[in-house]
Amino acid sequence: MSGIILDVRDLVVEYKPKKLRAKPHRALHGVSLSVAEGRTLGLVGESGSGKTTIGRAILGLAPIASGTITFQGDDITRISRQDRRKFSGDLQVIFQDPYTSLNPAMDVGDILAEPLGVQGIARDAARRRVVTLLDRVGLPSSAINRQPNEFSGGQRQRIAIARALALDPKLIVCDEPVSALDLTTQARVLDLLLEIQQDTGVAYLFISHDLDVVHHISHDVAVLYKGEIVENGPAAEVTRTPQHPYTKQLLLASPVPDPTEQRIRRDQRLALKTSLDAA
Amino acid sequence: MTDVIRTPSVPKRSQRGTLRRMLRNPLGILSLSLLALIVLAAVFAPLIAPFDPNYADVGNTLADPGGQNPLGTDSAGRDVFSRLLYGARLTLLSALLCAIVAIAIGLPGGLIAGYYGGPFDSTSNWFSNMLMALPGIVVLLVVRAAFGPSVWISMIFFGILISPSYYRLTRSAVQSVRNELYVDAARVVGLSDARIISRHILSVVRAPLIIQTALICGVAIAVQSGLEFLGLGDPTAASWGSMLGDGFNNIYVQPSLMLWPALAIGITIGSLVLLGNAIRDALEDRRQIKAPRRPRPVAEAGTREPAVVDDAEAILQVADLSVGYPNADGEYTRVVRDVSLTIRPGEVLGLVGESGSGKSQTAFSILGLLPRTARILSGSIRFEEAVLVRDGEVDVNAVLGIRGRRIAYIPQEPMSNLDPAFTIGHQLTRPMVKLLGISKTRAAERARDLLRRVGIADPDRVMKGYAHEISGGMAQRVLIAGALSCEPDLIIADEPTTALDVTVQAEVLDVIRTMQRELGVAVLLVTHNIGVIADIADRVAVMRQGEIVETGPVDEILRRPAHPYTRTLMASMLVGKEPLMPLGLSGPATGAETSEEEDERQRALDQADMQQPLSPAAETILREDI
Repeated sequence: MSGIILDVRDLVVEYKPKKLRAKPHRALHGVSLSVAEGRTLGLVGESGSGKTTIGRAILGLAPIASGTITFQGDDITRISRQDRRKFSGDLQVIFQDPYTSLNPAMDVGDILAEPLGVQGIARDAARRRVVTLLDRVGLPSSAINRQPNEFSGGQRQRIAIARALALDPKLIVCDEPVSALDLTTQARVLDLLLEIQQDTGVAYLFISHDLDVVHHISHDVAVLYKGEIVENGPAAEVTRTPQHPYTKQLLLASPVPDPTEQRIRRDQRLALKTSLDAA
Repeated sequence: MTDVIRTPSVPKRSQRGTLRRMLRNPLGILSLSLLALIVLAAVFAPLIAPFDPNYADVGNTLADPGGQNPLGTDSAGRDVFSRLLYGARLTLLSALLCAIVAIAIGLPGGLIAGYYGGPFDSTSNWFSNMLMALPGIVVLLVVRAAFGPSVWISMIFFGILISPSYYRLTRSAVQSVRNELYVDAARVVGLSDARIISRHILSVVRAPLIIQTALICGVAIAVQSGLEFLGLGDPTAASWGSMLGDGFNNIYVQPSLMLWPALAIGITIGSLVLLGNAIRDALEDRRQIKAPRRPRPVAEAGTREPAVVDDAEAILQVADLSVGYPNADGEYTRVVRDVSLTIRPGEVLGLVGESGSGKSQTAFSILGLLPRTARILSGSIRFEEAVLVRDGEVDVNAVLGIRGRRIAYIPQEPMSNLDPAFTIGHQLTRPMVKLLGISKTRAAERARDLLRRVGIADPDRVMKGYAHEISGGMAQRVLIAGALSCEPDLIIADEPTTALDVTVQAEVLDVIRTMQRELGVAVLLVTHNIGVIADIADRVAVMRQGEIVETGPVDEILRRPAHPYTRTLMASMLVGKEPLMPLGLSGPATGAETSEEEDERQRALDQADMQQPLSPAAETILREDI
């Protein structure tokens, strides 16, 4: 196996309580995971399981109480924004909501040029790069002078992907990038992400609540339940022969398009639920 | 390489557009030109004014307008016109000084407090509250007593006193965007706080700041003139306020002396207020699309047979329904085209399609919940014996009599359909009391029973609670209970599980299925997920671009889809696909159709998407309590 690009050890994240002297809210209870170069780790869990918090902690957007995050051999657990700039070229993000992740007041060209400007790339070079990026994600170069509100959800997510790609990152944290999209649009965006990985060798930390999506796009899968990783391993193993009851439930919960097969699945899920409730 | 996606050709809304819109507003251009005139007069006062403002011709006091004094002279024989021009300088500069001081304190304070929060926020809030509590005029009188009659010093103090208005404005604007994902994205890129504030946050504050400044300048002029009028200003400087005072003292001898400064003050303040309003209107203006004057466009001549399937058993029949939104050309863009469907009692019909396929618009037409701009252009909707829509005419009374009683609605966003101000119990029982006419106690009993049936273990606790205390899945159960509470014959569910996790989605579908079987209620389920259809529906209608392309029993359609679009929808399911391999969906992507007409339709639907209707239960409560 190739080298490890991201390594998270015993990560604990605590949010400060709103009230004085209340106990801090612990969103993650010692999570460990690692992402290998050029591969995808799928992180699956329900809402409130802390999966988004892991992504935000890696990006320096969540308060880390203890544990370490190592990126390409450097400890980035508690680095300042300025130091983070060094890594921002290699570590990028795609957020879930394509409607609020793009500044509505800026045009697409400026949005995409922003990361390039931070790295000190000249305006002309940045402009040329932006055109290449738009082409890469399947948008016409005329999009450069338009504002995000002129695009549909799927197109906006393409713009967000282009922004993440701007600096040729080694790892992209994808925080539910397709959850807000229709199934057909989801399929197209997933295709794009797979193509990009094949072409550039970027690694993904792919966060989703949908086991089907995670199974489709990931090499390895980690299942997060109530702030802890309950199952971890190669995608095929975790999704085909799940060990933890939560993973089993997750697997049976996503519907299949064949009505008969879906009926069987549903009965299996209900049987599992009954047995779990009884236990 | 992916295909290049065509993007809708919407004209850009830029800053320049805002200016242009403002200039198109008659009040905007009027106030702007008046202000420009006053500013020019003030700037070129030394060139225009025939006299020095303090030159006193004691032999010619209180002269009538005319001759070398176009507006006459005052009680000391000074030329009124010259003093008016020089007074404009003082007045405008003092207003500017006041606004600059207020912005210099309020804007950075608000930015820092809003962006970082914490101790600075609490301390600065305390200061701002204190400043607002101080009686302004009294403070200014004290300042006058302590520092002498300088208009500049009193304006600096007034600027400090009024700075909380900027502080609060900025702070709340910043707070509303500081957690937006695009600000997070900028942090990830490594932008410094200063750059994030200047690039992403200041732009939110800019427009309200300009409007506020126009208004504050008006207030400053009023206060400054008031002080001068009272005789508290510098007697050596010409000002509109002191002219007003002089005119007041000689009102019986020379009434016109009051007129000129009063006009100047009034016009300046009025223009500033109008300017502020014009800017606001220009910023808020979306292209106003007026509904066509013609009552309805002529439907395309009968290219199709009218699809009135007179199914005697059907509980709901929709025939040839077309829904349109007005467009810029004064026509209607049809987002639903000649849709026909029927639902039998106790049957689950799935309506499936991508966003923009018109599936939700079809459902809203049945509920009579289309956005106000939308219009049913043709077709009929019959629910049992009641005709809700006949040949495009909506029978409002028939719809009102049935919605919420016979046809219930489960919305897409459970949370936004629960009012945060009322307990869940109130929101469940109120519609029952109103619509079924039962007592409060019986309604509460029924609500408890329903909550238990939709799988809520502790109904009493949930009923006492508020919307923010429950999860999304729980909220959707509550809304299902609410939808069932008035014993409907048909439930229309618009993407009821889209906002939920997969596991919760499965549970909510279980609840809908169980309820549907136990109570024998028919369901029209709108979704984009073929898997959901396979799970719950008996029959399915596939919608694409406002038309039903395929319809039939689920077992048949999903096993042997005839239409390529149905196949595309099925191909987008990930189950059973080779992992890590692109799916390579055929057919055009959403919003990537090739015709102008398609753009137009997409725009109309986008406009419609912004206006999700409330559930009838939520609406009952809303209407009652306003």
